[in-house]
Amino acid sequence: MAADIKTAVPTLDESKQAFPPVQVWALPVLAAWVIPGGGHFLLGKRGRGILILLSVALMFFFGLGMGGAMFKPETGDLLTTLINYGGFVGDLATGALYVVATMLGYDQPDMAGHVHDYGTKFLVTAGLLNILAMVDAFEIAAKRKS
Amino acid sequence: MKINLSHFEAALLFALFASVVLGIVTKKTDRERIQYGAKCFGYFILALFAIGWAMKLGHG
Repeated sequence: MAADIKTAVPTLDESKQAFPPVQVWALPVLAAWVIPGGGHFLLGKRGRGILILLSVALMFFFGLGMGGAMFKPETGDLLTTLINYGGFVGDLATGALYVVATMLGYDQPDMAGHVHDYGTKFLVTAGLLNILAMVDAFEIAAKRKS
Repeated sequence: MKINLSHFEAALLFALFASVVLGIVTKKTDRERIQYGAKCFGYFILALFAIGWAMKLGHG
Protein backbone atom coordinates (compact mmCIF):
# COMPACT_ATOMS: atom_id res chain seq x y z
CA MET A 1 0.00 0.00 0.00
CA ALA A 2 2.72 2.41 1.04
CA ALA A 3 4.72 1.40 -2.02
CA ASP A 4 1.72 2.12 -4.28
CA ILE A 5 1.32 5.60 -2.84
CA LYS A 6 5.05 6.21 -3.19
CA THR A 7 5.03 5.34 -6.91
CA ALA A 8 1.80 7.24 -7.61
CA VAL A 9 2.98 10.54 -6.13
CA PRO A 10 6.04 11.94 -7.92
CA THR A 11 8.79 13.40 -5.79
CA LEU A 12 9.83 17.01 -6.26
CA ASP A 13 12.86 15.96 -8.33
CA GLU A 14 10.80 13.69 -10.58
CA SER A 15 8.16 16.34 -11.20
CA LYS A 16 10.79 18.79 -12.49
CA GLN A 17 11.65 18.33 -16.15
CA ALA A 18 15.34 17.68 -16.63
CA PHE A 19 16.98 20.55 -18.53
CA PRO A 20 18.25 19.19 -21.86
CA PRO A 21 21.98 19.32 -22.68
CA VAL A 22 23.16 22.51 -24.40
CA GLN A 23 24.39 20.73 -27.54
CA VAL A 24 20.83 19.52 -28.23
CA TRP A 25 19.20 22.96 -28.43
CA ALA A 26 21.97 25.56 -28.87
CA LEU A 27 22.25 25.35 -32.67
CA PRO A 28 18.48 25.42 -33.42
CA VAL A 29 17.98 28.34 -31.00
CA LEU A 30 20.94 30.24 -32.48
CA ALA A 31 19.65 29.57 -36.02
CA ALA A 32 16.18 30.75 -34.93
CA TRP A 33 17.68 34.02 -33.69
CA VAL A 34 19.90 34.68 -36.73
CA ILE A 35 17.24 33.83 -39.33
CA PRO A 36 13.61 33.89 -38.15
CA GLY A 37 12.24 30.36 -38.64
CA GLY A 38 15.79 29.00 -39.09
CA GLY A 39 15.52 26.78 -36.02
CA HIS A 40 12.37 25.17 -37.38
CA PHE A 41 14.05 24.61 -40.77
CA LEU A 42 17.01 22.97 -39.01
CA LEU A 43 14.65 20.68 -37.09
CA GLY A 44 12.78 19.68 -40.27
CA LYS A 45 9.65 21.76 -39.62
CA ARG A 46 9.68 23.57 -42.95
CA GLY A 47 6.05 24.69 -43.08
CA ARG A 48 6.21 26.34 -39.68
CA GLY A 49 9.64 27.77 -40.51
CA ILE A 50 8.33 29.43 -43.69
CA LEU A 51 5.33 30.94 -41.87
CA ILE A 52 7.54 32.31 -39.07
CA LEU A 53 10.06 33.69 -41.58
CA LEU A 54 7.30 35.39 -43.60
CA SER A 55 5.53 36.81 -40.54
CA VAL A 56 8.63 38.14 -38.76
CA ALA A 57 10.43 39.38 -41.89
CA LEU A 58 7.33 41.07 -43.36
CA MET A 59 6.58 42.71 -40.03
CA PHE A 60 10.17 43.97 -39.86
CA PHE A 61 10.12 45.28 -43.47
CA PHE A 62 6.78 47.01 -42.91
CA GLY A 63 8.33 48.58 -39.81
CA LEU A 64 11.26 49.85 -41.88
CA GLY A 65 8.92 51.09 -44.62
CA MET A 66 6.86 53.01 -42.10
CA GLY A 67 10.01 54.71 -40.82
CA GLY A 68 10.01 53.09 -37.39
CA ALA A 69 12.77 54.06 -34.98
CA MET A 70 15.35 51.56 -33.70
CA PHE A 71 15.91 51.70 -29.95
CA LYS A 72 19.39 52.32 -28.56
CA PRO A 73 20.50 51.12 -25.11
CA GLU A 74 20.42 54.55 -23.49
CA THR A 75 19.91 55.29 -19.84
CA GLY A 76 17.91 58.03 -18.15
CA ASP A 77 15.20 57.80 -15.54
CA LEU A 78 13.86 54.34 -14.72
CA LEU A 79 11.07 54.38 -17.31
CA THR A 80 13.33 55.71 -20.08
CA THR A 81 15.97 53.07 -19.31
CA LEU A 82 13.34 50.32 -19.25
CA ILE A 83 11.80 51.41 -22.57
CA ASN A 84 15.13 51.89 -24.33
CA TYR A 85 16.72 48.64 -23.14
CA GLY A 86 13.50 46.66 -23.64
CA GLY A 87 13.07 48.08 -27.13
CA PHE A 88 16.71 47.42 -27.96
CA VAL A 89 16.38 43.75 -26.91
CA GLY A 90 13.21 43.51 -29.06
CA ASP A 91 14.99 45.04 -32.07
CA LEU A 92 18.06 42.85 -31.57
CA ALA A 93 15.92 39.70 -31.39
CA THR A 94 15.20 39.94 -35.13
CA GLY A 95 18.80 38.73 -35.63
CA ALA A 96 20.27 39.21 -39.10
CA LEU A 97 17.44 41.54 -40.12
CA TYR A 98 18.46 44.04 -37.43
CA VAL A 99 22.19 43.61 -38.03
CA VAL A 100 21.91 44.10 -41.82
CA ALA A 101 19.52 47.06 -41.54
CA THR A 102 21.87 48.76 -39.05
CA MET A 103 24.96 47.98 -41.14
CA LEU A 104 23.27 49.45 -44.22
CA GLY A 105 22.84 52.66 -42.27
CA TYR A 106 19.19 52.56 -41.24
CA ASP A 107 18.99 55.13 -38.46
CA GLN A 108 15.53 56.64 -38.39
CA PRO A 109 15.10 59.14 -35.54
CA ASP A 110 11.98 58.92 -33.38
CA MET A 111 9.36 61.18 -34.99
CA ALA A 112 5.81 62.20 -34.25
CA GLY A 113 2.99 60.65 -36.30
CA HIS A 114 1.00 57.44 -36.19
CA VAL A 115 2.79 55.82 -39.13
CA HIS A 116 6.26 56.20 -37.55
CA ASP A 117 4.85 55.06 -34.24
CA TYR A 118 3.35 51.91 -35.77
CA GLY A 119 6.66 51.33 -37.56
CA THR A 120 8.57 51.38 -34.26
CA LYS A 121 6.08 48.92 -32.75
CA PHE A 122 6.30 46.66 -35.81
CA LEU A 123 10.11 46.52 -35.52
CA VAL A 124 10.05 45.63 -31.82
CA THR A 125 7.15 43.17 -32.12
CA ALA A 126 8.88 41.35 -34.97
CA GLY A 127 11.72 40.68 -32.50
CA LEU A 128 9.37 39.64 -29.71
CA LEU A 129 7.61 37.19 -32.04
CA ASN A 130 11.02 35.81 -33.00
CA ILE A 131 11.78 35.23 -29.31
CA LEU A 132 8.60 33.10 -29.15
CA ALA A 133 9.82 31.21 -32.23
CA MET A 134 13.21 30.67 -30.52
CA VAL A 135 11.46 29.21 -27.45
CA ASP A 136 9.39 26.96 -29.75
CA ALA A 137 12.58 25.77 -31.49
CA PHE A 138 14.07 25.01 -28.05
CA GLU A 139 11.02 22.94 -27.07
CA ILE A 140 11.07 20.99 -30.33
CA ALA A 141 14.83 20.35 -30.03
CA ALA A 142 14.35 19.22 -26.41
CA LYS A 143 11.54 16.85 -27.57
CA ARG A 144 9.02 18.60 -25.36
CA LYS A 145 6.75 19.08 -28.39
CA SER A 146 6.65 17.79 -31.95
CA MET B 1 10.32 52.95 -50.04
CA LYS B 2 7.86 54.78 -47.83
CA ILE B 3 4.78 52.91 -46.64
CA ASN B 4 1.85 55.00 -45.52
CA LEU B 5 -0.86 52.96 -43.81
CA SER B 6 -3.97 54.06 -41.94
CA HIS B 7 -4.47 53.07 -38.28
CA PHE B 8 -6.85 50.33 -39.38
CA GLU B 9 -4.54 48.87 -42.04
CA ALA B 10 -1.53 48.88 -39.69
CA ALA B 11 -3.50 47.26 -36.86
CA LEU B 12 -4.89 44.66 -39.28
CA LEU B 13 -1.39 43.70 -40.46
CA PHE B 14 -0.13 43.63 -36.88
CA ALA B 15 -2.97 41.29 -35.90
CA LEU B 16 -2.32 39.01 -38.88
CA PHE B 17 1.43 38.56 -38.31
CA ALA B 18 1.09 38.18 -34.54
CA SER B 19 -1.76 35.65 -34.87
CA VAL B 20 0.21 33.46 -37.29
CA VAL B 21 3.20 33.22 -34.94
CA LEU B 22 1.06 32.80 -31.81
CA GLY B 23 -0.85 29.98 -33.51
CA ILE B 24 2.36 28.21 -34.54
CA VAL B 25 4.20 28.37 -31.23
CA THR B 26 1.31 27.79 -28.84
CA LYS B 27 -0.42 24.62 -29.99
CA LYS B 28 0.67 21.08 -30.76
CA THR B 29 -1.33 19.97 -33.82
CA ASP B 30 -1.89 21.79 -37.11
CA ARG B 31 -5.66 21.84 -36.57
CA GLU B 32 -5.25 23.43 -33.13
CA ARG B 33 -2.73 25.93 -34.56
CA ILE B 34 -5.13 27.09 -37.28
CA GLN B 35 -8.02 27.34 -34.80
CA TYR B 36 -5.97 29.26 -32.24
CA GLY B 37 -4.45 31.57 -34.87
CA ALA B 38 -7.92 32.38 -36.23
CA LYS B 39 -9.23 32.92 -32.69
CA CYS B 40 -6.35 35.30 -31.86
CA PHE B 41 -6.96 37.24 -35.08
CA GLY B 42 -10.67 37.50 -34.26
CA TYR B 43 -9.90 38.78 -30.75
CA PHE B 44 -7.45 41.33 -32.14
CA ILE B 45 -10.08 42.66 -34.55
CA LEU B 46 -12.75 42.65 -31.85
CA ALA B 47 -10.47 44.62 -29.52
CA LEU B 48 -9.57 46.97 -32.40
CA PHE B 49 -13.21 47.89 -33.02
CA ALA B 50 -14.13 47.96 -29.30
CA ILE B 51 -11.23 50.24 -28.31
CA GLY B 52 -11.73 52.36 -31.43
CA TRP B 53 -15.38 52.97 -30.55
CA ALA B 54 -14.50 53.53 -26.87
CA MET B 55 -12.02 56.24 -27.88
CA LYS B 56 -14.50 57.85 -30.28
CA LEU B 57 -17.26 57.89 -27.66
CA GLY B 58 -14.82 59.01 -24.95
CA HIS B 59 -13.82 62.04 -27.01
CA GLY B 60 -17.46 63.05 -27.33
